[in-house]
Amino acid sequence: MIEAQHLTKRYGKTLAVDDLSFEVRPGTVTGFLGPNGAGKSTTMRMIMGLDAPDNGSATVNGKAYSQLGRPMFEVGALLEARAIHGGRSAYNHLLCLAQTNGIRPARVAEVLDLVGLSEVCKRRAGGFSMGMGQRLGIATALLGDPPTLLFDEPGNGLDPEGIRWIRQLLQALAAEGRTVFVSSHVMSEMAITAEQLIVIGRGQLIADTTVADFVRRSSGGYTRVRTPDAERLRDLLGRGNASAEVEADGSLAVTGIEIAALGELAAREGIVLHELSPQAASLEEAFMELTRDSVEFRGGGPGEGSAIGPGEGSAIGPGEGSAIGPEGAQTLQSSTGA
Amino acid sequence: MTATVTPSATAPVAPDRGHIKFVWIMRSEWTKLRTVRSTYWTLLVTMIAFIGISAGICAAAAYGNPRGGPDLIDPTSLSLAGVGFAQLALGVLGVLVITSEYSTGMIRATFSAVPFRAGVLAAKVTVFGAVSFAVSLVAAFISFFVGQAILAGNVPTAALGEPGVVRAVVGAALYLAVIGLLALGLGTLIRHTAGAIAVFVGLLLVIPLVTIALPQSWRDVLDKALPSSAGGSVFAVQTRAHFLGPWAGFGVLCAWAAAALVLAAVITARRDA
Repeated sequence: MIEAQHLTKRYGKTLAVDDLSFEVRPGTVTGFLGPNGAGKSTTMRMIMGLDAPDNGSATVNGKAYSQLGRPMFEVGALLEARAIHGGRSAYNHLLCLAQTNGIRPARVAEVLDLVGLSEVCKRRAGGFSMGMGQRLGIATALLGDPPTLLFDEPGNGLDPEGIRWIRQLLQALAAEGRTVFVSSHVMSEMAITAEQLIVIGRGQLIADTTVADFVRRSSGGYTRVRTPDAERLRDLLGRGNASAEVEADGSLAVTGIEIAALGELAAREGIVLHELSPQAASLEEAFMELTRDSVEFRGGGPGEGSAIGPGEGSAIGPGEGSAIGPEGAQTLQSSTGA
Repeated sequence: MTATVTPSATAPVAPDRGHIKFVWIMRSEWTKLRTVRSTYWTLLVTMIAFIGISAGICAAAAYGNPRGGPDLIDPTSLSLAGVGFAQLALGVLGVLVITSEYSTGMIRATFSAVPFRAGVLAAKVTVFGAVSFAVSLVAAFISFFVGQAILAGNVPTAALGEPGVVRAVVGAALYLAVIGLLALGLGTLIRHTAGAIAVFVGLLLVIPLVTIALPQSWRDVLDKALPSSAGGSVFAVQTRAHFLGPWAGFGVLCAWAAAALVLAAVITARRDA
């Protein structure tokens, strides 16, 4: 369980995190979404007791981080990949961290096995790929077998195989009843990994909901209908509040009526249906819509660039607006990096 | 009748795992120190610089033409003269002990594992201080015996039994260990390897050089106040004019290191990692 209450963090004139309150509950994967520079990493650092909030507080399992007696047994975190001394082996990196909390060395071998680094654990970590670095970071988080876990962009630098591995690991950890809090700016990945969502933009809470509800609430969803009786169905729908557009392939895109009511209507009228399928707006689209006002800079706005500050709150640089387009946008990649 | 309450065997008890023990953090710091190559390199350079340069200076004194005549020679100091170079190598290690964690980002893992940051710093002080003292002590005795062997036959030599000699040899190791801790304090304050080494070298080498250009009355004060000149008395057998005595001078050096470390602990606890 993680609780944030009125968390506020200011870097100079930039408000990186602005009166942010939320709860992350155990048993599910909770996604922490926002464009780069929205304040996700800052929030996670405040939860982990690394950065001090200017206002508000964060607790893990009901306690402030500094009050945790042996923190690695309470919460584990992957905050940045490759935060490792390049000259030290993966084994020794984990060993020195385990020793601080009195964790037995045998556990180091266990977590190395869990993340698949056993064979390379004696090699100097400087030669590790980004993906191996992420795995080592995850191993660090798991050392104390904690009930609460935080992962900041764990998929960064991983190949598709690695991303699938992370997703399955996160879901398995949540299924064991743990609190799993994962930040990402990759919407499509969150859609299949997380159940709960906390969405922030410019340090402020935009949504605290389930993934399903997040998509449902956003406009853009419709029901696709295929029927040989398209004309009659359109007429019937037109009498109510619903409307139906004929798509290029001849199917109907119906809005303004629940899918169940639509099916019942067709049955009542004896209309044969070949397809009746809900077409949800993608998480991407829902996200774009919600964060439209909170993205600081969008492409095509000359002159705005001068307002870019050095703090992370303004890390959305100019020129990346093209990545926030309505179609095909996989990520809100910042030009200044994660 | 009885007022005592016996805890029920079935009462739910939250698993209290207690707190982090200081010895655990020390064990961790020992692992960190022994598992990177820079530790071995800097300690090796420390020993070679100490013994090699001391031997060279003793050879120059024995076979060269020392100014002022043999009665002005302090044979113990000559055989420990490499300290001035050894301190640079050891200082680099002292800085790296903390700045390598900042430059790699490891410090956030460390401070997540041990939220009481002063405890981490104290463990680094203990472990690094003990290691650098042990290595320096070995180097000091080797350097002393090698130096006396080179001096023998040409100029007066010193023996361990003579007054002040053991104090000077052990003092050289103490001096190096505390210089290393001063570097650790500077590294913690500055957090960047290059910046911390620059300040360290400036404090130990550049500022004392600049004082040569100053009036004698100012130099008298600075020689008693600067860490290298004040601390240097602890490995000199002959008392030096205008300088503090061995332990008073060492005390000044310790005060520098303590000030840097306490300031570093206070600031590190307050600022974002």
